[in-house]
Amino acid sequence: MSVKDNAVPAKVLVTKIGLDGHDRGSRVVAAYLRDAGMEVIYTGPWQRIPAVVALTQEEDVDVVGISSLATDHLIVPKLVRALEEAGLAHVRVVVGGIVPDDEVATLQERGVSKVFHPGSSREEIVATVQRLAQEARRERPEI
Amino acid sequence: MSAKAKSAQLRLPGFDSAQATWQTEYTSHMRDDPPVHNRSGIEIKPLYTPDNWDSARYMEELGFPGAAPMTRGIYPSMHRGRTWTQRQLIGYGTPKDYNRRLRKLMDTGVTAVSLIPCNSVYRGYDADEVDTELLGTCGAVVNTVDDMLACLDQIPIDRVSTAMNDPLPFTLLAFVLGAAKRRNIPWTKITGTSNQSDYISHFVANHMFLRLSLPGNRRVLVDEVGFCQQHVPNWNPVSIVGQHMQQAGATPAQAMAFALCTAIQFTSDCIERGMQPRDFLPRFTFFFDISLSFFEEIAKFRAGRRIWGRIVRERFKVDFDRAFRFKFHSQTSGADLTRQQPLNNIARVAVQAMAGIFGGTQSLHTDAYDEVLTTPTEEPSRIAINTQNILRDEAHLTDVIDPLGGSYYVETLTNQMEEEIEAVVAQIDALGGMYRAVEAGAVQRMIGEGALAFQERIESGAQKVVGVNAYRIDESAHAGPASQRPESGSMEAYLESLQTYKSSRSRSRVQAALSDLQRACNTPEKNVFEQVVNAAVAGLTHGEICACLRRELGFGQPLIIV
Repeated sequence: MSVKDNAVPAKVLVTKIGLDGHDRGSRVVAAYLRDAGMEVIYTGPWQRIPAVVALTQEEDVDVVGISSLATDHLIVPKLVRALEEAGLAHVRVVVGGIVPDDEVATLQERGVSKVFHPGSSREEIVATVQRLAQEARRERPEI
Repeated sequence: MSAKAKSAQLRLPGFDSAQATWQTEYTSHMRDDPPVHNRSGIEIKPLYTPDNWDSARYMEELGFPGAAPMTRGIYPSMHRGRTWTQRQLIGYGTPKDYNRRLRKLMDTGVTAVSLIPCNSVYRGYDADEVDTELLGTCGAVVNTVDDMLACLDQIPIDRVSTAMNDPLPFTLLAFVLGAAKRRNIPWTKITGTSNQSDYISHFVANHMFLRLSLPGNRRVLVDEVGFCQQHVPNWNPVSIVGQHMQQAGATPAQAMAFALCTAIQFTSDCIERGMQPRDFLPRFTFFFDISLSFFEEIAKFRAGRRIWGRIVRERFKVDFDRAFRFKFHSQTSGADLTRQQPLNNIARVAVQAMAGIFGGTQSLHTDAYDEVLTTPTEEPSRIAINTQNILRDEAHLTDVIDPLGGSYYVETLTNQMEEEIEAVVAQIDALGGMYRAVEAGAVQRMIGEGALAFQERIESGAQKVVGVNAYRIDESAHAGPASQRPESGSMEAYLESLQTYKSSRSRSRVQAALSDLQRACNTPEKNVFEQVVNAAVAGLTHGEICACLRRELGFGQPLIIV
């Protein structure tokens, strides 16, 4: 790992795509990651996928966290594809919220690194995002 | 010693010495006695006596059910006479899917129609404007009068109440009115409620709204109240929602205070538009969350009834009992349910429902135990309804009106919750009322802090949650229920029918209705909602109506504070 990787805190975008606006989970998680020393970019709900891709690129984000409480997770694979197409395949995408068991595997097959269910602890979320951010940094192409 | 304690001692010889003895024994039994606080931050003592609440205050604080101060309930007979309405909110798939499910539920004892629309409806879009993956997964897709006719097929809407989650601009009500017209049912016979009509709760708490500006929302709501008063007199045009705020993190006291402040705001806005509170207030209803904090929730409802009565009598000078009856629907809290060992949620919901019943609710939705895993499936939904049936028909909870009234604890807590709620109301008043407080982000800040504080209690273990931070088991072998998604075939067929609907309308009629709607938006003395109804009847779709309002009344984004 290079010096640069250690010096810059993990950069995480916490957002919601799709139609749902319930944001208790995303607000709490954003605060956890911020308090753990990460640089958090937080947006309101209702983001369109191209806007999330653009923000990820502009802000050089390592991990995108999508909160989904009302089935918006079904379009996360579209976000993963759009990130890949934009040359951001190294960026890790995680989902938190209500995802039925039988749809977790589908999301993981389509490039989602981790699904956090209700009841996940702060410790687990922070450690996983930290690890995924390091992975993303290692894979990030030099600009 | 306080004056109250002296009076207890005077009336009850031996009180002081017995109390002192108990205190000594209690202290010796309790090696470690950390302070206990409820979710609203009120310290809970180990014992309550006439020292804390004295029945000499009975007439002033409680009185009799159905009369001021309404603490014991808003009707003279309460649940002994008529129990609450079982209002299970359902919504799923296409209008046809919804109708099938509704009729099945009505066979199991559900007594009123309820409808949750698809998220696309909340957000002001037609089904063909959003990702198809998201259609019909959380509610029914309803975009036209034809869709509403399909939803309510064979349902006698002139006899049963049709409560709907009907977010602004209330197109679902407009579609019901259009459907009634086609079925030759006079609008005066239509009863029910536009639930979720409270734009303020959407703006600050769950952000399920149509991207309309705050002033635009304000205008349409007031116009809807005015229209219903004139044309749909048995419809409840407004349901003020404390539930969203509590689900988003507000404490029970804050959520009640925010709802009361919203009600004050809407009342003032309607008065400013020339309406008489005596006429519209009897049609105001409320909607609250019921958390697992059992006694706190009961006290919240009892205090809320008392405060609302006082607000109507003192602020708005209306001394007419129907105007200050605090009618409310309540729903058990989904935020208290756990994904871990999900069957435990049945017990949680039963306790929450009991708090709603003892709190004097008029209408109740019990959550299905799998809500935290997926959109509720059939068997868990049936158990949720049967939980209500068991509480009502087997457990004898409804034999006595306000059965916890007179409990030293419940009365003391009701008074303390009342103080706490009043303090938040005063804070909002000082900011210029609810509308201004929301514009300034003050309410959002309080909700955000509440969510973090509660989560912190769970993380630290101060609040035990079975299966999450206590009594855990290895659940890796247990698979949750399979997700249920609308059949892609039926949704495709629906989308095709929507295209056919759009292309077969009279273009001139649609254009004329759209112009009328535009004109109403830009003419302050006109009623915007009247033109929403006309537009729906003329064949405009939900998305078209919402797009027009956004264009004419301005876009709006939620203001969120982390």
